[in-house]
Amino acid sequence: MQASEANEAGPAHGGETPGERGVASRMAVEIAVAAAVALLAAVAIWSNLSIGVGWTDDGPQAGYFPMWIAVIVLACSLVAMAQAWREADRTPFVTATQLRQVGVVLLPLALYVLAIGWLGIYVSSALFLAGFMVFVGRFPWWKSAAFGLAAALLLFWVFEIQFRVPLPKGPVETMLGY
Amino acid sequence: MEAIDALMGGFAVALSWHNVGLMMVGILLGVVVGVLPGLGGPNGVAILLPLTFTMDPTSAIIMLSCIYWGALFGGAITSILFNIPGEAWSVATTFDGYPMAQQGKAGQALTLAFTGSFFGALSGILLITFLAPLVARFALRFGPAEFFAVYLLTFCSFIGMGKERKAKIVISMGLGLLLAAVGMDTVSGDLRMTFGLTELLRGFEFLVAVIGLFGISEILLTMEEGVAFKGKRAALDLKVVLRTWLQMPRYLFTLLRSALIGCWLGVTPGGAIAASFMGYGVAKKFARDPDSYGQGNPQGVLAPETAAHAAGSSALLPMLSLGIPGSATAAVLLGGLMVWGLQPGPLLFVEQKDFVWGLIASMYLGNLAGLIVVLTTVPLFAAILRVPFSIVAPLILAVCAIGAYTVNNAAFDIWLILVFGVVGYLFKKLDYPLAPMVLALVLGDRAEDAFRQTMLVSGGDLSVFWSNGLVGTLVTLALAILFWPLAAAGLRRLRGGTAGEAGTAGAAGAAGESARGGPDDAGRAERSGAPSREAPGPAMQIGHPSSK
Repeated sequence: MQASEANEAGPAHGGETPGERGVASRMAVEIAVAAAVALLAAVAIWSNLSIGVGWTDDGPQAGYFPMWIAVIVLACSLVAMAQAWREADRTPFVTATQLRQVGVVLLPLALYVLAIGWLGIYVSSALFLAGFMVFVGRFPWWKSAAFGLAAALLLFWVFEIQFRVPLPKGPVETMLGY
Repeated sequence: MEAIDALMGGFAVALSWHNVGLMMVGILLGVVVGVLPGLGGPNGVAILLPLTFTMDPTSAIIMLSCIYWGALFGGAITSILFNIPGEAWSVATTFDGYPMAQQGKAGQALTLAFTGSFFGALSGILLITFLAPLVARFALRFGPAEFFAVYLLTFCSFIGMGKERKAKIVISMGLGLLLAAVGMDTVSGDLRMTFGLTELLRGFEFLVAVIGLFGISEILLTMEEGVAFKGKRAALDLKVVLRTWLQMPRYLFTLLRSALIGCWLGVTPGGAIAASFMGYGVAKKFARDPDSYGQGNPQGVLAPETAAHAAGSSALLPMLSLGIPGSATAAVLLGGLMVWGLQPGPLLFVEQKDFVWGLIASMYLGNLAGLIVVLTTVPLFAAILRVPFSIVAPLILAVCAIGAYTVNNAAFDIWLILVFGVVGYLFKKLDYPLAPMVLALVLGDRAEDAFRQTMLVSGGDLSVFWSNGLVGTLVTLALAILFWPLAAAGLRRLRGGTAGEAGTAGAAGAAGESARGGPDDAGRAERSGAPSREAPGPAMQIGHPSSK
């Protein structure tokens, strides 16, 4: 049954154009995720052991619940690992093209979050929107810049002026007196 | 009838100009949220929640619940016109909705979907109106032990009734509970799992987790699949709507059956997604012409939409009366209640009458308004999807970042949504369910507090959980549901039936290990056409055409 399952999902694996190449098998990712979960659980167990996991007269101590939950999670992650191992599902988890697509979102997003720290959210958003349109959407730069600026102004109007929700601001806003 | 009186009072609250205006805003935002990939119901409500912190709680929840209704309606538009479910609960709507649109019957399909949605929601709300006050009154007698038992029942039924791998459900829920425990322990004042980081003192805000898990991950998945929106045009004219409505009586039985399925799955933690597939599967099973399903059968649109909406609205019943959310979105709304300073649970019906009945009244009005809005503005929302994704994606991401920041005014939270986004992406692709994690994040602390309060009273004696009939029944029921899949698998093995079990196991809801191939296969098959799903697993083997 396992074999036929792999064959059914095969086309992505068999079509040997470079972009369709799988980067990692489902089995590998299943095991990696389960291992990461197991590691987290182990850290949680260790952390809670240090604050007391006993059972006193008035019930459990602070670390009791988290510790046992972490033990259960650890056990289940081992089960998930074993299941993935037994099934040995070698269909690709993502193809190279797909992974690149995900990176196209993830990297700019990380840069954006980094920029928020020192440029404030409005300037970063304008840059993020405009940059995304230019580099991913292949829009002309003036259209992108205009859209980014308009969106940032709209956000400013909604949050600072209408709802009075303070958002992180940077040097540009300070210069303008906000 | 007491409930009717209270409801009339609620209408008086909900029908102010201010609140009706907010209702319309909520519906419109909700449809946008439902149409766009990456902005699902739970995520949309989570992002907009901080905007309402300064509003009066009644107006705030009216607007937020209307976003929820709007999202439920909106999911159908993209399913039918573009064959792309905007929401996981509208995956089943694509099976017959898109074929209908291809045959030039888009208007009819949309009318059917919206009317079915409206009917489903209405039945869920009627259930809330008459049942919720009774449940709440009953629950007023609850002490900490009973509340812990109810939480336990919720957790156990997620595990026992979930269609995904049990180990994965437990991992997801356990991670949620662990994240909820981070920060200061409310009973002893000890710091737990903060590792000396000041950012972790606050603990993990579940809104931030929701935005990352449901929002960012969805954008990643949509990008990965490189979706191109090529859809059918649709304009709804009144003649088509009226003609379709005239046919409705023919489908009355389908409507009622789906509404019942939806109400049941909504109150128990099955959720709208499972309900839509089950509604579709059951309609097909009992149809005289099952082969016409998947080719554009009107009932194939009606059945899942009705069930999804019935489940979506009745999921609010346990949230209002017990403080236990029946779905991820209900969990977010529950978090909202706590932010506004209201204590969710049975006392709401006593102490916050205006709030509760205003909300219930707004559900009737919101759904009626929603029906009118979507019937008149379909072309507008279909046009939104023609906006290139390279504009929509960064906009959604920016809104997610702002939403995450405003929860606690913490820049650290924006990094967190990035982490949760990647976690959500991996979990969705590997069929880990996300709803248990969100539920555990919201309820974890409350469940632990209830348990430890009970222990303080009983002096650490566990037998208090069987000290009276009520709490004993609840705890026993919870354990029974938890271990039922194991018992069922054991029984099957005893009978020696090894072959042919996959079909029945799925239907019995005790799939456990034996139906292993089912959910995963269906989940993977789904991936080819559907960019949006919360948990591809549930009930797939019941309703998905490829599994029959």
